[in-house]
Formats: sequence, C-alpha cells, structure tokens
Amino acid sequence: MKSLEELAALRERMKNNVAMRQDNSTATRVVVGMATCGIAAGARPVLTAFVEEVNRRGLKDVVVTQAGCIGMCKLEPIVEVFQPGKEKVTYVKMTPEKVSRIVTEHLVNGNPVTEYTVGAYME
Amino acid sequence: MAIARTHILVCGGTGCSSSHSQALIDELNRELEEKGLLGEVQVIKTGCFGLCALGPVVVVYPEGCFYSHVTEADIPEIVEEHILKGRIVTRLLYQETVVDDKTIKNLNHTKFYEKQHRVALRNCGVINPENIDEYIAMDGYEALGRVLTQMTPDEVIQTIKDSGLRGRGGGGFPTGQKWFFARQSKGDVKYVCCNADEGDPGAFMDRSVLEGDPHVVLEAMTIAGYAIGAHQGYIYVRAEYPIAIHRLEIAIKQAREYGFLGNDIFGTGFAFDIELRLGSGAFVCGEETALMTSIEGHRGEPRPRPPFPAVKGLFGVPTILNNVETWANIPRIILNGADWFAGMGTERSKGTKVFCLVGKINNTGLVEIPMGTTLREIVEDIGGCIPNGKKFKAAQTGGPSGGCIPASLIDTPIDYDNLIAIGSMMGSGGLIVMDEDTCMVDIAKFFLEFTVDESCGKCTPCRVGTRRLLEMLEQITSGNGTLELLREMEELCYYIKANSLCALGQSAPNPVLSTLHYFRDEYEAHCVEKRCPAGVCKKLTRFVIEEEKCKGCTACARACPVNAIIGEVRKPHHIDPEKCIKCGACMETCRFNAIVKR
Repeated sequence: MKSLEELAALRERMKNNVAMRQDNSTATRVVVGMATCGIAAGARPVLTAFVEEVNRRGLKDVVVTQAGCIGMCKLEPIVEVFQPGKEKVTYVKMTPEKVSRIVTEHLVNGNPVTEYTVGAYME
Repeated sequence: MAIARTHILVCGGTGCSSSHSQALIDELNRELEEKGLLGEVQVIKTGCFGLCALGPVVVVYPEGCFYSHVTEADIPEIVEEHILKGRIVTRLLYQETVVDDKTIKNLNHTKFYEKQHRVALRNCGVINPENIDEYIAMDGYEALGRVLTQMTPDEVIQTIKDSGLRGRGGGGFPTGQKWFFARQSKGDVKYVCCNADEGDPGAFMDRSVLEGDPHVVLEAMTIAGYAIGAHQGYIYVRAEYPIAIHRLEIAIKQAREYGFLGNDIFGTGFAFDIELRLGSGAFVCGEETALMTSIEGHRGEPRPRPPFPAVKGLFGVPTILNNVETWANIPRIILNGADWFAGMGTERSKGTKVFCLVGKINNTGLVEIPMGTTLREIVEDIGGCIPNGKKFKAAQTGGPSGGCIPASLIDTPIDYDNLIAIGSMMGSGGLIVMDEDTCMVDIAKFFLEFTVDESCGKCTPCRVGTRRLLEMLEQITSGNGTLELLREMEELCYYIKANSLCALGQSAPNPVLSTLHYFRDEYEAHCVEKRCPAGVCKKLTRFVIEEEKCKGCTACARACPVNAIIGEVRKPHHIDPEKCIKCGACMETCRFNAIVKR
C-alpha cells in the first residue's frame, strides 16, 4: 500500500461486499417469488440474472431477495420491486431476458417497465 | 468475485464456537452446495455478536434475521425455506425481533442493542475477521494512512489527549498522556505493546475484539509507533485464546502482504512491525511491569514503579503498553476527531466501555455502552433482568480487584470515578450480576481463592497476606468467625493494600472490603448467629421439616442418601442434624414444600 488513493480505491471495490450487512431500510428491494410454483416456472434464472445485473452495474442500495408464493401461481415467475415512499411494482411472467431492461429503466432511471407489469398483463 | 445476494453470518467467537458453530458452517456449505447455491450465497464466520446467551447465533442478510440457538438439524430447514424460498424460519428467530404483525424488527432496535453504542466493537459480528478486505471496506487502515501522510506525531498525540481516552485495562490512565511521556523519553529504540492478557474471571472483551476485529489492534499500534517513534510492537496474548491467536496471525500476515506493516508504509519511509508473544496464563502478567518481564523471557514478576514503562520499559527502553480495548478506539478517534469521542460519556470518562455481562442475568454477553449509563439500564434493559424473577442483590465489577455494587446504588452512572467512589473499580470490564441467592461472604472467598492462586509470591504482603485473609474467610463460612475476627480481617485488608508491590496485591482485598462495607450484616450473621442468610455456606445451613406441612409420605426419607430422616408413615418426619450432609435431595423430593433451609 503506497498511498491513501490506492487504499480508497480498494475500499470502494470492497464496500459493495459488506454493504448488505448495514442498516438497509432505505434500499430498493427486488423480491423474487421463489415458492414451488415460482421455482417450477423458472424463477431461479431470473433471480440469478438480477444479482448479476445489479453487481455488474455496481448498484448500491439495491437488495435482491426472495419471497414465497403470493397466490398468482399462473403468472409466475413474479418479481416485486419495493422502493421506499413509492408504490410496489409487480412484474409477472419474468424471464432472464427481461431483467436487464428492468434494472436499467426502473432501478437506475426510476421508470417502471409498464408492459411487464401485472396491470399490463391483466388488460 | 461475484457479489452474493445473501450473506449468512455465523458467529465464530469463543462462546458460539464452543457450542459448535463451526459444524453449522460446514453443514451450511454442504447444504448450499447440494442446492447449487454456493455462488450466490456467502457464508461468513464473524466475531462475537454480543448475545452469547443465545448462541450459536446465525444472522442472514439482507433480511437481517437473527436466528438463535441454531443446531445442525436446523440447517436444512434454513436453506430450504429461507435461502431457497424466502420464507423466514420464524421458530428459530430471537423472539424479541419478531413484532406482533409478524414482521421482523431490526436487531439494533431490540432492547439488548438499543442502548448500546458500539465503537470498539463496531466490526465484531459484522466483518469476517480473517479477511483484510472486509476490514478495509469498513474504513480500515484509513486512519493509519491519514496519520502517516497528513499528521505530525505531536498532532496525533494531541488528538488522543483531546479525546479524553483513558486506559481500558483497569487503571484508567489517560492514554494521550502515556504516549506523550513515551515520546518525550529519549532513545533510538522504543516499543509499543498490547496487553491482551485478559485474566479476570468472567471477562472476555479483549478476546472478543481480537477474535472479531484483529486488524483494528494492528492499525492502532502502528499509529502509536509513529506517534512515539517506535518501530516494533509486541502483542502479549494468553495462550488460552487459540482462536484469537490464530486470527491475529492471519491478520499480521495479511497486513504485511498489503504493506500496512513492514518497511515504507504508505510510501512515507516509516517502518513498523508486530510480533506475538504468548503468555501462559498467569494473572499477574496482566500487570504492566510483569508483562514486560515476561516478554523479555523471564519469570513474570512485577517490579516497583517508577521508573514507569514510558521511561524505562521493555528491554530497558521507553515503551507504551495499552489494553486491547483501548487500541480498538484509536482509529475511530483519528477518523472522527477528538471532539466526536469527547462528546460521549461523562465529564471525566469519555467514550464508551465494553462490559462482559455474566452471572445471574438473562442476556449473558458482550455489551458496549456510553460511559455514564446506569447499572440499572445495563441490568434491566440490556441484560433483560435476572432469571426466574429473582431480585437483584449486587453487581461485581473489576473482577478480583474490584468490588461489589449493592442494589441501593443501582442508579449510579458508571464511569471510572464513580466506581472508585463507591469502593469498586472499572477494571477491565467484567460485570458479574448476583441475585438474592448469592452469599456475599462466599463471593469474597471465591475471589480471594483466585488471588491466592495467582499471587506471584515476590512480595510478602501479597503472598502471605492474601493467604491469611482467605483462611479468615474460611473460618467465617465454616461457622468459626467472631466479631473480633472481622475487625482483624479488616485491618489485614488495609495492610495488604498499603504494602503490596503491584496492583494485584494492592487491589486483592477490594472484594472483601466492599462486601464488608455494604453487606456487614451478612458477615455478622455468619459470625454471631452462625447462619448463612443466602443458604450457600454449607456448614451454616440447616435443613428443617416444618411439622404442620409434612404429610409423612416418607418420600424424603427414601431420597436421603445417609438415612438422616426419621419418622413414621403419615406422621411428621424430622431431620437428624448430626447425620445430615446438606445435599438438598430431600428438599427437591418433597411435594408439599415442607422442607426449608435455615
């Protein structure tokens, strides 16, 4: 270690690693439905895709986690996005391909991808 | 390396390790591999979380679920339900974190953690102590970098002085002052030492810091090396702390690889290195001069002061010696400033203090509180009161060198000066809670047995004096005490205090003096009435059957191993005091509560 800058650079790289263990009540939560129905419909690759995409873009304050069945088994895989102070957004019939668009438009720019949501599907 | 979506933190402190937390880690990894989850879920062994009473502890992030008393058999359920399907295993949660509406409360908002303020323990239970990168991610080594590149040694010392930090090992000497003296002392070679020879019964805060956050000690010692002009540090750690030693060894190796130890640190030309020295567990080696004698390779015996170590210490050169917890505060003070630290605590005791909460208390564990917190807050709020609804009788601080705080003083704000004023001392931070079933004479005897064992024998007042004192206490607990003996005992206490060479002897009579002061009635009951009010001292306890309650069922007579109970069927029995060995078997057997201890 030769300088403070070098240390700061290393710290930035490592921060993401431990960020999850701090108080994250302000974080955006991406919740993937992972009950039997979700898993059978292919929720695992969706979850993995979210984790990879979030890591690739180095997004802080985003937590990817999973939940049980919310009752709309035929629309699985279902992903819900919770942002503090905003209404919950529910995406249905998810695929790994849809993930990068949601991350870019919704998580980064704050515009939900309406066409993937449950509302769009029901119409 | 990919960033995992879930972190499973398993406590690897000594408490949880001894309840097999390593087996949980192995089982978790096996289960995760079987489910193909290894890449996305990370299992991390951390230091102590503090709530040792609930161990082994497993915490899952991002949810922040605090699972307690986890066994190997629970692991498949946790992986299957929680990690795979996202359904939290509620039955394993620490019940205080479960809110009525089934949501989970943040751990920091539970009673145990709410009143705590973690400075020295900030990384314990958060980072993997065997990974320097995680320490760096929590601002590790930033303080060292700033000190070396932006501050002069005098500025460093002034910052520590301004912070008001006092030694956490027991004495409470101002740390900045100590460093200042060592800097003033002339000499080409100087040393920095860390006292990790934690020996008080019931104290484990130094161990927990070393196990949970070893790099903080290395960083702080290097800062001190720069401040006083030393290039070599020694950590004196007891051999009974294998996990701490193992993690320190890893930490030193990693710090050398990263260039935080060695030559030319941060490109400034400053060189510093640290070595471990293992103590073989003599209590007296926690005393600074004895510790240094032991590092030099001699028998660990103290020597008179002055000269103080800052003038003539290890190998005869200027040396500073600080306790592990003191070191753990240093980097934070540099980063956040002296004013931040001085803003916590009381007028003359700044910052926080770690206490090991043990004895008759529900939440046994490790707590860090701002100075000035009252004993009541520690016992009732953080500690969660005394098991089985028993009454608080006293708390013992400072281990064998400290004294008892009676229930009447439970609202005393805890800081260095208040504790001394009420006849106890801060000590290293052991806090032993006692309930109404504790005999204070017996407690004093326990601590005296310890000091008699641990007295190094160099000076007569301590070697012989403590032995005589113990014999007097034994006389009292066996029913041979008199009021005259109490008077003699008190006189001997003051004699030992005044004439012993080192702090071990000077403080050894404290447990006796403070119990004598606050619980004199108990001593007098032992001496005059030949009775132990708490029913602990066997020779003074009598088991008696209350005639009106006894149904004559003969259960007790059959349970008695020495046939001391006689009586006819359906008629009140009675106990022959000559034969009774006071085992209490009859009392446990009786279904009518007819047998009482007197």
